[in-house]
Formats: sequence, structure tokens, C-alpha cells
Amino acid sequence: MAERVQLRVNGKSVEVTPGTVVAAAIAMAGESKFRRSVSGMPRGPLCGMGLCMECRVTINGLSQCRSCQTLCEPGMEVLTDD
Amino acid sequence: MTEPRSRFDIVVVGAGPAGLAAACAAAEKGKRVAVVDDAPSPGGQIWKGEQSRLSIPQAQKWIERFRRSGATLLDRTAVIAAPEPGVLLAEHPEGAREIEWSKLIIATGARELFLPFPGWTLPGVMGPGGLQALVKGGWPIAGKRVVICGTGPLLLAVADGLKKQGATIAMIAEQAPMSRVAGFGFKTLRHPGKLVQGMGIFARLRGVPYRCGVWPVQANGGEQVNSVTLADGSNQWTEKCDLLACGFHLVPNVELPLAMGCELAGGCVRVDANQLTTVPDVYCSGEPTGIGGVDCALTEGQIAGYSAAGSDDQAAALSNERAGWHAFRLAMSNAFALREELKSLANPETTFCRCEDVAFGRVKAASGWREAKLLTRCGMGACQGRTCGAAAKFILGWGMESVRPPLLPARVGNLTRTNR
Repeated sequence: MAERVQLRVNGKSVEVTPGTVVAAAIAMAGESKFRRSVSGMPRGPLCGMGLCMECRVTINGLSQCRSCQTLCEPGMEVLTDD
Repeated sequence: MTEPRSRFDIVVVGAGPAGLAAACAAAEKGKRVAVVDDAPSPGGQIWKGEQSRLSIPQAQKWIERFRRSGATLLDRTAVIAAPEPGVLLAEHPEGAREIEWSKLIIATGARELFLPFPGWTLPGVMGPGGLQALVKGGWPIAGKRVVICGTGPLLLAVADGLKKQGATIAMIAEQAPMSRVAGFGFKTLRHPGKLVQGMGIFARLRGVPYRCGVWPVQANGGEQVNSVTLADGSNQWTEKCDLLACGFHLVPNVELPLAMGCELAGGCVRVDANQLTTVPDVYCSGEPTGIGGVDCALTEGQIAGYSAAGSDDQAAALSNERAGWHAFRLAMSNAFALREELKSLANPETTFCRCEDVAFGRVKAASGWREAKLLTRCGMGACQGRTCGAAAKFILGWGMESVRPPLLPARVGNLTRTNR
């Protein structure tokens, strides 16, 4: 499995193996804040199974995507809400 | 690629152990069966990634049997509503999906119970199962220092999994007292498979501090967690960590059964000997009927599958096996019962509802769940009360009486079925 997937997290290039979720790519990029809460607190993943909605980020321009349930794809542009 | 509208004899919601077992049983009887799941591959939470990872023989056996059963997997498909009798509305990345069924088997599993304490919203504080799922999805864990706390057998399984991936487990803090945990360990003697599994985990975790009667009181850090303060009733101390995995066992996912009108008993879906709910043609198996673990889910799933396919004899043949798992389920629930101290971890200013940032003091001032929602927006955010509603049930004794569609946040075009 030499295959690699290249994507960008906040403009930073990240290389992952196929099957990696976007949340993991964000952590690899060194980001801990996935979103800001309604009152501005930093938040990151909690449940890891698509239910708590804490890991929402913008993927390819589409906001509110659950990064724990989305697989990395080549050329993906991921933005965390810093 | 799936069709916008499809129809099956039997539709199973959830591709975890209960759902896969139900689908196998029904499809092997010649029924046209579909399994609907939010995730990209089968296995549910407990067998997440087993399709390609091949590490749990039991998971391999069932996933392989499922592949050969003839049942269809509708993956990346999240059920968002039950708009009319016999129809589920679901969301797929390519648009809305309408799935018609003659018999429905609900196998939606469970989620972790999270209880609020100061600092619990800091990035890096996650559920043990959540962290394990993310690590299976490639989350970088090697060299990270992790404290695991909360309650239940999952803490040990997660510690084992994370350690294998190169994490340093600084401590496992189990809130239940040692006497109860030891009693539970003794009871697993009746289930040799569980005992062997448990002994293997303990052997691999040699050197990792496992403390009973210890619980978290505060997560510390600025923009992310860097330590946790633990307590044992007489002392408090702080453990450094890069990640804090904290979860208080599991709560059943009963949103879909509630939306279908199924009756609950004690927070779990009420079922008869055939796993049939109080709604005709709607079955339920696995964790939603009571937190019993993977083996219980497999047995209940098969019973539902055989029963829905009309093979009542085969369903009945499994009833003794199920009774054994139900005894295990009861022992587990007694052993890991939550201590009263956990009800007072949150301060009035501690965030209680993470979606709407509602402080515990404001929530507690309400007379009940409905009033809290109306006055404070607690439970009205993106997770629809899945996190804080379960916490309110334990801490304040409030029940969530009903659910409203959509069951998960959905795109408007999918809800109106115009996005095809």
C-alpha cells in the first residue's frame, strides 16, 4: 500500500494513507481547534462517531461537514474554523 | 451508487454486530435485505475498520458471512426521518434516498455517555470509544500520553488498542469501586470467551496503572487539554496528558425507535421474545434494547433476522443463548453503576450543552427538559441533545420523551426530497 492521498488543511499540505478520516488529517497538520463554539470556545472531536457534531469543518467549500465521518480524498481543501 | 428510491423485504438500520447478524439471518432465508449505515464500511463502532484491518476473527467471520449472504449494504447513508409508514428517508453524499420496507430491524447501537465537568469541552478531551475510532481512522497517537477515565469494560479495551498503536497510557481511572469490578470479573467465568479476552487485555496492559474508585473532576489547559485532575473521594491529584479519553459507559441510540413510535422501558426499546417492538413489523436488536455488548447483539440480531424472515423456530432456538447474554448484561450494568459524586462535577458556570453553550446553572434552574430547551436552548443545537440530553437524564433525572425529524442535521434539499 504505497498509495498516498494528498490534501490541504488550512493551506498546509498533508499526506495520508487511503482510509484516513479528515479529522485525523487535521490532527496530523497540528491543529487542535476544529471549530469555535457559539460563544467562541475552541472545540475538537468528542464522540468520533458522527453524533456530537463537535468536529465540524469546511470541506471543499461546504461548511458543517463532520470530519470524523468523511474520508480524505485527493486534493481536498479543509478549513478549520479558527 | 444507490438508487434514489429502493424497496426491500427487510431493511436493517445499522451495520454493527446486531445489524449484520440480522441481515445474514434474513438474507440466508431468501429475503431481499438491505442494511443502511452512516459509515463508509460495515462493522459499526466496535468493528470499525475491520473490513480491511483483519484483527478480530469474530468480526472477520461475520463480515464475510454478510458479504456472502446476498444482502445489500447501503453505506454512507444516514436515516434522517420516517416520513410515512414503510418508508425511511435517508441522506447520502449524492442526495436523498427513500428506502421502502415491509419489515424493519433497528440496530442503531449505542453511543458513549459524556458527563460535564470543568474543562470537558477542551480540545483533546474525547470519549474513549471516540478516540479509538479516530485512531482507527488514522489519528496520530504514537508517542502521545493518554489518561483514560470514566467507566466500563471499554476503558480497558481502548487502553489495549491505543497502547498497541504506540500511545503511553498514563493511567486508567475506573469510577466503579474495586469490589464491584472484581465481582464482575468473577462473573465472566461463566462466559469463557469473555474471560480469555479479558485476561489477554490484562496481560498486555501489564505496567499500566488501573485504579478503581477514581474519577475526573477537572480537565486543565488553555486551548487544549494538558492535564486532568482526578479524585478518589479523599485525595485529588493531577496527571499530565496530551489526550484525555473520558466516557461513562454507553447509552442506547433510541432516536429512530422513538420516531417510529416504539415504546421504551427504562430508557431502552421494549421488545418481545422475537425482538419485535410495540410497533408491528418493527424489530430491534442489540444495544438499543439494553447495553449488553457484542455477543448479546449478535444473538439478538439473528433472532430478529430469523423472526422477520418468518423462521420462528430458528429464532426460538437461540433464546437460551440470549438469556445467558442477558445475565451478563445485568451483571455489567450493576458493576459499572455510576456513583452519585458524578452528578455534582459540573459547576453552575460549566458548559452543559456544548452546541449552544448553555451553562449548567441555567439548565438546572429549569423544571424539566422541555422547559430547559424552551428557556435556554439547551439540547436545541446540532447534536439535538444527544450529548446533553443523556447527561441531563443521569444528573437531573429528566427523560427525553420524544424526538422530531430530522434525526440528524440534514441538507434542506434532502429533507424536502428535491435533491436527487
